[in-house]
Amino acid sequence: MGTTRREVLTSALTAAGAALAPVRSEATEHDHTHAAVPSAPTLRVKALETLLVAKGAIDPAALDALIDTYEHKVGPRNGARVVARAWVDTAYRKRLLENATAAIAELGYKGGEGDHMVVVENTPRVHNLVVCTLCSCYPWPVLGLPPVWYKSAAYRSRSVIEPRGVLKEFGVDLGPDVQVRVWDSTAEIRYLVLPERPAGTEKLSEAELAALVTRDAMVGVGRVTASPQGVHA
Amino acid sequence: MNGIHDMGGMQDMGPVLPEKNEPVFHAEWERRMFAMDLAFYGDWNESQGRFGIEEIPPADYLRMSYYEKWLDRMTRFLVRTGVATPEELASGKPATTGKWTRTVLKAADVESTTRAGWPASRDVPAAPHFRVGQTVRARKLNPTGHTRLPRYARGKTGTVVKDHGVFAFNDAEGQGLGEKPQHLYSVKFSARELWGAAASATDAVYLDLWDDHLKSA
Repeated sequence: MGTTRREVLTSALTAAGAALAPVRSEATEHDHTHAAVPSAPTLRVKALETLLVAKGAIDPAALDALIDTYEHKVGPRNGARVVARAWVDTAYRKRLLENATAAIAELGYKGGEGDHMVVVENTPRVHNLVVCTLCSCYPWPVLGLPPVWYKSAAYRSRSVIEPRGVLKEFGVDLGPDVQVRVWDSTAEIRYLVLPERPAGTEKLSEAELAALVTRDAMVGVGRVTASPQGVHA
Repeated sequence: MNGIHDMGGMQDMGPVLPEKNEPVFHAEWERRMFAMDLAFYGDWNESQGRFGIEEIPPADYLRMSYYEKWLDRMTRFLVRTGVATPEELASGKPATTGKWTRTVLKAADVESTTRAGWPASRDVPAAPHFRVGQTVRARKLNPTGHTRLPRYARGKTGTVVKDHGVFAFNDAEGQGLGEKPQHLYSVKFSARELWGAAASATDAVYLDLWDDHLKSA
């Protein structure tokens, strides 16, 4: 199998006229020691798409629609609306904690990598953190596609053995009186953290509350504060 | 497989480095790669797809970016499943019709398809082997094929905190053995059980594990 893989890769690279060089386009700013050849994957992916379109195996318009869906329509704004609703509506919060998949679907969010949702609630005594140590499992319908750090070796390796150290790097310093619960996404269950509602937000509307909720808080590496941080924080 | 992908508990991987205002994709080729992979969903199942990433040799796995791994996997799977030949991939020109079992995804069907998702629960009768509150031990399994039981939990004792119901078993799917539906549980392992006496006395790690991963303890 290894031979086949290398033969195929080498062939594809030759076709693209590209050098067999690793590219770290996702993480170049963190990895200046590796020389990047930006054209290699660009050419290889273009050649692959051209071949598959010519064979009739894919429709390029469907690719455009898939990209538009996950780049513009699905993202952490969805999860923020779920959290804000749970903060203002006690009955919804109860449904969300009992059957997250159905409660999230009430707001219109459902689909692949979110077919089986569980919501875990932060309290003054419990802090939840979500990881996928084996790959990159992440609740797409409510958070969109995972950021690079979530898929990184550092986050995947350390979150289960030293979650408090990881949290500290994100600015969340927990005392010994707080229990850390780490959720390793080893099956098709996807987890969303229901963060604590910050003090001083009693007069805010549901939409104003949603604007405060960050992706990081819903993964469990951040806290929601009473002033907006931007959803991608 | 005891591969490099099974990273839980490894050390010396450095700090976690979030990128400020990170875009969803970092290059156009990442967009196309992501979408091509999704469009092909159905020619191989998700577990086979995960194993396709796990097969990447460790040094390459650590060096490659996320979507480079997807490109590596797709190139291999297209040949393995008969969609394209190595010669076609080399020339970029179709020489065979190729074969695939799925219906080619059309733009008009993208919204309904993505919203329909790919549920893994199965409406088949299967008796649970364990009950909520029961103490269980994760089996010492070392399959050379796909498994969702991480090394750091093998042989460790935990408590069943929830029965999720009957699900297709990823290990069997990824090893080409069919779905073998069985109960899936949320199992709580204390930090000290996993990492020893120096770990927090209060913290815990929860894993989703199937009947075949567990035994009574």
